[in-house]
Amino acid sequence: MAENNLNDWLNVHGDYLYRFALARLRDPHLAEDAVQETMLAAIKNNSFEGDSSARTWLTGILKHKIIDLQRKQIREQPVSDVIDLDASEHSMDDFFDQSGHWLDKPQTLDMPDNALEQKQFLAVLDECLSKLPKKLKAIFMLRDVQELENENICKELEISATNAWVMLYRARMGLRKCLELNWT
Amino acid sequence: MLTCKQASKLISQSLDCPLTWSEKMQLKLHLLICNPCTQFKRQLNMLRTALQRIRYSIEHDSTIQLPLDVKNRIWHTIESDQK
Repeated sequence: MAENNLNDWLNVHGDYLYRFALARLRDPHLAEDAVQETMLAAIKNNSFEGDSSARTWLTGILKHKIIDLQRKQIREQPVSDVIDLDASEHSMDDFFDQSGHWLDKPQTLDMPDNALEQKQFLAVLDECLSKLPKKLKAIFMLRDVQELENENICKELEISATNAWVMLYRARMGLRKCLELNWT
Repeated sequence: MLTCKQASKLISQSLDCPLTWSEKMQLKLHLLICNPCTQFKRQLNMLRTALQRIRYSIEHDSTIQLPLDVKNRIWHTIESDQK
């Protein structure tokens, strides 16, 4: 019974779940792990009643697994890497002079509008994301890619709202600069 | 008067939570006279819109499939897990 379910779930919904995870984690290995964890949880705790679609049910489990994975990545960071607010003030020195003016004025970023451009943009973006500290990348993915509410991010990551804003600010600041240099 | 550094922080923050009335007014005033910060705001909007579109594209791209060896691996993991 359980095996039949698993077979169906993997064959019918496996690709969809993988795409769902990949679209949010942007990392094939993490996305594979997320699908595997979802299947394990689904088999172990077979609470599927059949009154919702299996896909919806599995996707609900997957959403939590994706957040778990991101949280784990963040937790694995050494304590010294925890963003402290003073240091982040300092890191803005790359972008502003002492009187708070832009060192380099922000440039126009063109929207990728066809499939090919999107692909190119994504390659540049992934490259730029990989240059961010893991923690910043994770919080950026949670907020701007997964569109998790700020409140939930703070709860998930056990950080203050102020800390979350500062981290998101730093992540976005770094990303848009990296895009300026590499996406034209 | 806000500096660009302060304004840019508020622009980013406004994507995550509503600003206070006073923050909103100060930012509005700053953006009226500051091209670079207006451009920064456009950059962040562009980034967000692009990310949403890409997420949608990936989710609906039927050429992206869970690799067969991963499917098999999941099978084996679950089988050994249940023993």
